[in-house]
Amino acid sequence: MIEGEAWRRWVYFRIPLALFLIFLLFPFYWMVITTFRPDGELYRPWRAVNYTPFWTWNPTLDHIKYLFSETMFATWMWNTMFIALASTVISLFCGVLAGYALSRLNFPFAGSLGTGIFITYLVPQTLLFIPLSEIIRNYKLGDTPWSLILTYPTFLIPFCTWLMMGYFKAVPKELEECARIDGASRWQAMLYIIIPVAVPGILSAGIFAFTLSWNEFIYALVFLSSPEQKTVPVGVVSELIRGDVFFWGPLMAGALLGSIPVAIAYSFFVEHYVSGLTGSVKG
Amino acid sequence: MAVAASTATPERVIVPKPKWRPLESERNLAWLLLLPTMVLLGLFIAYPFMRGLMLSVTDSRVGVPGEFVGLDNFRKLAVDPIFHAVVWNTCLYTLVTTIFKLALGLWLALLLNRTFKFKAFTRAFILLPFIIPTVLSTFAWKWMFDPTFSVLNWMLYQTGMIRVAINWLGDGDLAMLSIIIVNIWRGVPFFAISLLAGLQTISPDLNEAAAIDGARPWQRFWHITWPLLLPVTMVVVLFSVIQTFADFQIVYVMTGGGPANATHLFATYAYQLGVGTGLLSQGAAVSLAMFPILLLIVIAQLLYIRRVEVR
Repeated sequence: MIEGEAWRRWVYFRIPLALFLIFLLFPFYWMVITTFRPDGELYRPWRAVNYTPFWTWNPTLDHIKYLFSETMFATWMWNTMFIALASTVISLFCGVLAGYALSRLNFPFAGSLGTGIFITYLVPQTLLFIPLSEIIRNYKLGDTPWSLILTYPTFLIPFCTWLMMGYFKAVPKELEECARIDGASRWQAMLYIIIPVAVPGILSAGIFAFTLSWNEFIYALVFLSSPEQKTVPVGVVSELIRGDVFFWGPLMAGALLGSIPVAIAYSFFVEHYVSGLTGSVKG
Repeated sequence: MAVAASTATPERVIVPKPKWRPLESERNLAWLLLLPTMVLLGLFIAYPFMRGLMLSVTDSRVGVPGEFVGLDNFRKLAVDPIFHAVVWNTCLYTLVTTIFKLALGLWLALLLNRTFKFKAFTRAFILLPFIIPTVLSTFAWKWMFDPTFSVLNWMLYQTGMIRVAINWLGDGDLAMLSIIIVNIWRGVPFFAISLLAGLQTISPDLNEAAAIDGARPWQRFWHITWPLLLPVTMVVVLFSVIQTFADFQIVYVMTGGGPANATHLFATYAYQLGVGTGLLSQGAAVSLAMFPILLLIVIAQLLYIRRVEVR
């Protein structure tokens, strides 16, 4: 694929790719270096002579210690994990069943229901958060993890359904018919024949749903109020900024540690994640 | 089929009495399987949508049920200078970021479509801005844009591009530029990886054939790659436009809508009115005002996608 003289390769390929990588990854490097930088160096104006932006000779764990001793960071991590896992499981359950029904069964209104689910896929969370906060209050769910576990599926289910429909459609009809001829009921054919074939799709949908719920912010911001209920993004925003004062060290430490679970989940399932992502945009 | 055959020749075919299995009917099974989805989506999307419509025609505040006031909230928005700014900001933000995300994402996808060492590794790293929770990574940007401690100012100063500090988030236009940069940063990986998947479905034979016929790289891109990639591009743009139009996190963290409301988008303004000041119905009206615009975008794009696919 790459042919021609060396300079062409540098100008058209290596330098642009390197610039992209620097642009995309520098903020993370900055997050890491800030986490380990002592306060004395952190609050040194950029004009100062001894401003050493890209390295620190006195790495410290103070910011991380502060996070665990002065804030409820560990609780926030646990909350986020629990909420993300629970809403992912619920969404997968609903999405797999709905995806199966919409892609493999004939019934009246199948087409319009599919379209309806696709449209809810396109409803952004910021459209509904105000009435939803009222409803959450009325159902007495405010300030509990259930307010998020039950509402996150609203943007996860459409995505899971959509993705699973793609996977189910790819499974040949004959496979199911064979099982039916051998005496399996529809229910059994779905449970033992079709769903196992679609396991890669379920993994993709699951990993994607998990990162989406870890990332969600506005519902968590509006529905949760007490510090011990908060998720990582909301906790970091509300407890590490007091008025105009930003605790940059702990903030960056929180951002770094709060990203690690998603990063780990992602690194184990990169291929599944990518196929989930690209599957989600395939029409 | 079986039923028809048995009624035609009833005396010869012995029909065993079927067990009562309601789930053998496709219709029953389908409704059962769809039930959990419909309950959740109904309770937490359809019902809130109706509540939102109802809220927006009352004057409720937090703790006060409010009276029916008709379209007063929307009339107020029509003469609210901040709301005018919000509409302008949101359109500008969506348009500029989408153009850049598409251009840069396509470029990056073309770079990644070559064969090189550490390809899978590079691709995995490139998606990081899209994976890491937006609020958390946006804080890293806010810290980089900090007026006193900005590493960006330091870099620009060291390379001789500026002489005085740039107050990135203190000036309206610069703050807009800052949030646009962060949004582009977050969105490029999504465009790049999705478009890369599209590129990989295009047979290399086509490009090779065109190259043998003497087509220049630019011509090959314009006459082969771009038209074949168009359906994927349109879907990616559709998703991105909706997410960007309704964006909240980046602006909330970077500027909170400031300075002097210069960077408010629909979502942040709705949040400020509905949650910040407790004017529930006004906030609901602002976020519902997004709906017709989003609907138009979706319909226009879906029609366009259909046309492209038919062709």
